[in-house]
Amino acid sequence: MSIFSPRSLPEALEIANNHPTARLLAGGTDTMVEINFRHYEPTDIISLRHVRELQTFEQTGEVYRVGSAIPYREFENGSYAHISQALSEAARTVGSPQIRAAGTIGGNLGTCSPAGDTLPVLSALDAQIELASVNGTRVLSIHDFMLGVKRNARASNEIITAINFSKIDGYQGYAKVGVRNAMVISIASACLVHDPKNQRVAIALGAVGPTIIRCRESEAWLSDNTDLSTNSPISADITNEFARRVSAEARPITDHRSTAEYRKHAVGVLAQRLLKRAMQ
Amino acid sequence: MSTSPEMYSLRVNGTEQHVKDAWIGESLLYVLRERLGFMGAKGACEQGECGSCTVLINNDAVCSCLVMAASAIDTDITTVEGLATTETPNDIQQAFVTEGAVQCGFCTPGLIVAVHHLLETNSSPSEIEVKEALSGNICRCTGYGRIFSAVQLVISQREKSVS
Amino acid sequence: MTTRTTNKQRDVLGVSALRPDGIAKTQGTFSFSSDYTADNMLWGATLRSPHPYARIISIDISAAIKIDGVETILVSGDVPGKLTYGLIASDQPVFASDYVRYMGEPIAAVAADHPETCRRALDAIVVHYEVMAPLTSIEDALNPNTPSIHPDGNVFRHQRILHGDANATGDIIVEGEYEIGMQDQAFLGLEAALAYPDSDGAGVELVVATQWLHEDQNQIADCLAMPKEKVRLQLGGVGGAFGAREDISLQVHTCLLALRTGRPVKMQYTREESFFGHVHRHPGVIALKHHVTNEGRIVKIEGTMKLDGGAYASTSSAVLINGVTHIQGPYKCANAVFDGYAVRTNNPPCGAMRGFGVVQACFAHEGQMDKIAKAVGKSPVEVRLLNAMEKGDTLITGQAVESVAPVARCIRETDALPMPEPLSHGSEIMEFPGGSGRTSELHNIKRGIGWGVSIKNLMYSEGFDDSAEARCTLADGVATIKFATAEVGQGFVVLAQQIARTVLGVDVVVLDRIDTEIGSAGSTSASRQTWMSGGAVDGACRLVRERLFEHVAHTHGLDPLQLVIEDTDIVDTMGPLRVSVSEASKGVKIVQTFLHQHRKTEELDENGQGNCHVAFAFVAHRAVVDVDVELGLVKVVQIATAQDVGRSLNPLALLGQIEGGIAQGLGLAVMEEIIVQNGIVKNPSFTDYLLPTALDAPDVLFIPIEEPDPQAPLGAKGVGEPPCISVTPAIVAAIRDATGVDLKRTPVRPQDICL
Repeated sequence: MSIFSPRSLPEALEIANNHPTARLLAGGTDTMVEINFRHYEPTDIISLRHVRELQTFEQTGEVYRVGSAIPYREFENGSYAHISQALSEAARTVGSPQIRAAGTIGGNLGTCSPAGDTLPVLSALDAQIELASVNGTRVLSIHDFMLGVKRNARASNEIITAINFSKIDGYQGYAKVGVRNAMVISIASACLVHDPKNQRVAIALGAVGPTIIRCRESEAWLSDNTDLSTNSPISADITNEFARRVSAEARPITDHRSTAEYRKHAVGVLAQRLLKRAMQ
Repeated sequence: MSTSPEMYSLRVNGTEQHVKDAWIGESLLYVLRERLGFMGAKGACEQGECGSCTVLINNDAVCSCLVMAASAIDTDITTVEGLATTETPNDIQQAFVTEGAVQCGFCTPGLIVAVHHLLETNSSPSEIEVKEALSGNICRCTGYGRIFSAVQLVISQREKSVS
Repeated sequence: MTTRTTNKQRDVLGVSALRPDGIAKTQGTFSFSSDYTADNMLWGATLRSPHPYARIISIDISAAIKIDGVETILVSGDVPGKLTYGLIASDQPVFASDYVRYMGEPIAAVAADHPETCRRALDAIVVHYEVMAPLTSIEDALNPNTPSIHPDGNVFRHQRILHGDANATGDIIVEGEYEIGMQDQAFLGLEAALAYPDSDGAGVELVVATQWLHEDQNQIADCLAMPKEKVRLQLGGVGGAFGAREDISLQVHTCLLALRTGRPVKMQYTREESFFGHVHRHPGVIALKHHVTNEGRIVKIEGTMKLDGGAYASTSSAVLINGVTHIQGPYKCANAVFDGYAVRTNNPPCGAMRGFGVVQACFAHEGQMDKIAKAVGKSPVEVRLLNAMEKGDTLITGQAVESVAPVARCIRETDALPMPEPLSHGSEIMEFPGGSGRTSELHNIKRGIGWGVSIKNLMYSEGFDDSAEARCTLADGVATIKFATAEVGQGFVVLAQQIARTVLGVDVVVLDRIDTEIGSAGSTSASRQTWMSGGAVDGACRLVRERLFEHVAHTHGLDPLQLVIEDTDIVDTMGPLRVSVSEASKGVKIVQTFLHQHRKTEELDENGQGNCHVAFAFVAHRAVVDVDVELGLVKVVQIATAQDVGRSLNPLALLGQIEGGIAQGLGLAVMEEIIVQNGIVKNPSFTDYLLPTALDAPDVLFIPIEEPDPQAPLGAKGVGEPPCISVTPAIVAAIRDATGVDLKRTPVRPQDICL
């Protein structure tokens, strides 16, 4: 049992390569809950707290590159709040201010819970996930990265190093249903991104399937039936039908947090409201 | 690079503290309380849902129950004990008492740290900013009304002392 | 002689005196029970059943005991005394040995050198179970054909109330069914205790967070087979209670482990364990039928109340009595036919929680009042005022209300409080239903208003021999007060000081350690400590004052009856003498102990008739909510309330009780529920059992109604429970008002509104 505190990415990658069963620890807000509740017994830990490379942010033209260990708070109202309105809105709904100061966007990806708040945003933005190992770096689409309930495509010797996504000119927003006004796990959430340049709307749903659901059919239907090159208001018939279709694409379950029926209903309502916010 | 979980040191309230014979899974909350004797941080949920264990790490308010203690090496940890001396409580602590924000008091040290952090980063928060900043600190006794009053009192006292 | 001193406001009764433990609590230096440690201390932990109902075939500790660092493992066979405990009926095993009857029931306890070692030992204990089908529904429990899950049977109590003319009818019948979910007290300071064995092993000292030291002492001593005086309890700082610390949890286990190992042992529950380690508020179903006149006057109530008490008795029978005897609400009612049942199931045990049976009753009767209002075309306020109880009215138990009963005044003064501003485009989205989730916009939100009014008994009922003891020592101008009253956050510590300052004219009041070295103060529950322990402290201080007056009178050749206290002086009403209390008490030491008792109550007869309660308090709540109707999300905007408090002894502490109680009632209305499916608790954590946050707290407008109760030693009624009782139905009524949906259950879930 060891805890490693590497000071650089190469060092971290080397350790990850030599200790394939080690757990990567970033903010700790998921892993420590598992330990405290005895759902996970720690053996080797690689703490990423002191790996500077993972905290960096770059902008190249219209593309942002976000270091994986940047905490939610920086997207909510800190240095990077300007890069994505939807990410800012989603970050604001993560846990408590204390969680948002510690938890990281890379950690959200690593845990890959269907209720992870930033994941619908990254899905709707078609984010690209950078995974590094001693063998080099590969880039994976978020859609290929998320595999299922708390399952992702990261290999055991890899570290999620950064998230890349493009600047979008149109509306983007996130909405999440919970029964209290703060600090609540999503029972249904949605992110909608309007990209007028490419005449499309992207919508991704959280907590209504084994992983984030990107509503491709609804998106296609919408672009076939609406002019998405502007943000002119669209008819209630269109928003209602869009809501119905989004709802149909959800695959929720009933659990102690809510019912499948309600979740299906809720994502339809969120889709409709977000679309209206986009088109006004 | 590799820290043995059995032996490491933490910088708490400006002083190096040595931790011996520790288990790797120990949270910062456990180590502060049970190994180093800083009883100010309280444990009530073990999952970051109550804020009773709030401490500052590098001036960020975080839940110490969600920090792996051995990962907090080379950081500056501040507990409620580090905010003021026992003899001279600070203005936030005083205001909590005078405004009736303390009942059972179990959530109070965590709230004191959270309010301290809020006012360090935003000296004149709006009412709603106060509520949002404290939304991670559950209080089961007061219903929060007196806590909001205490924060408002500190804000107005500090504004007065500046002008 | 001294001259009269300053005009500085002294911290006497009626003043917002500050808590003596306040600063320490802000600094983290106040010692909660979980903050105690000892040299050479071991940690204790509990093995719990994963099944709601199973027969234990075998328990094998052989592997666990070999783990390095494990000192001992105890099972039922290691209990030297009584194998069961309980507040009313001793039906709960210290450790289950033959059957486990609820998920989380203790089976064994381990002591080891580290909490993690304990947890590994628990994992290594092998228990073979024959899993059985749990009894989980109230109806099944009431069915006489259902096999008993406990030797004492499946029904804890049935109580009928038959009052007046059973055949009376009105012009209109209004019927309703109501359901209440299981609420958790969710105090923040988890169960914790530290036991120190006496060196000779013949006794034990326990530092514990509890509501009632002496009752714990009795039950522990029985289980340890020790004389009571060998089990000494000290109150560890209590991080909230709300009823959940009235029953034994880890007390016996901790003492047993300490006595077995000969070392101090600390036990401390995790949050998950705490959900299994204490009783909860009874879930239940209530059917009510009101016969009313065309005008809306109540003629008769009929119905049933069925409460699920879970696996063991705890206080179920008393909770039931409180429920059925308050089912009329704070309204005149001459005739009643009502049956209440509390049953045993394999669900988590339920018992005391703030409001104690009246919360359930109130949710039903207030739902009915709104239905009556609608049926007769009156407003919720009008119909409540029309029926409002007054002093001297007879309850459906036949008992006359002799307390001050300002029901109509509570309603009117609440009604006169200002309404909140409507939401506007400038409003903060964080204040909308859905909050930071940004789900709702202005046009999605409907506002609703609802009412709730309640009556709550104060103190214990049904002939319980209730008393509280306190001791006052005066020496050299300093009063020292000793009591065993559990300070759980309510502020009795400041009240005791205020009483002593008021009665004795001293400024320095020292509070002695809270322990079992003095007689019982009874439980910190049932809104009783201001009345009971307050009465005891007041009585002890008055006795000391009498002795002091005698001393001064003797010295100055006066009649002690001429002397009074004025601020900090003793003054001769018939002459010029004025001497400060500190001077007069120099070199003397006066010690007096006082036992306060309230008037006797009676048990109910088979028709539920009898003077079973001591006194009553009343309160009205008006709730304003915003509802996102399409998503079913609710934000409680404002609660206005006027409460019958008798006399406000500490306005700041009083307001704290009001606001805190309202937040708990809000929780039960819109978010708090322990979800149990087939006996399995689904949400034992703060991630999934949701408590109101700072962003969920409503604005509270409060008017105290001060009509001193001549029965109460200080004129003050208990104020702890009423705030959380009628606020729940008021909020649910407001949601009904906003949505038009006939909501039958609380907490209201989003799907109840929008699907």
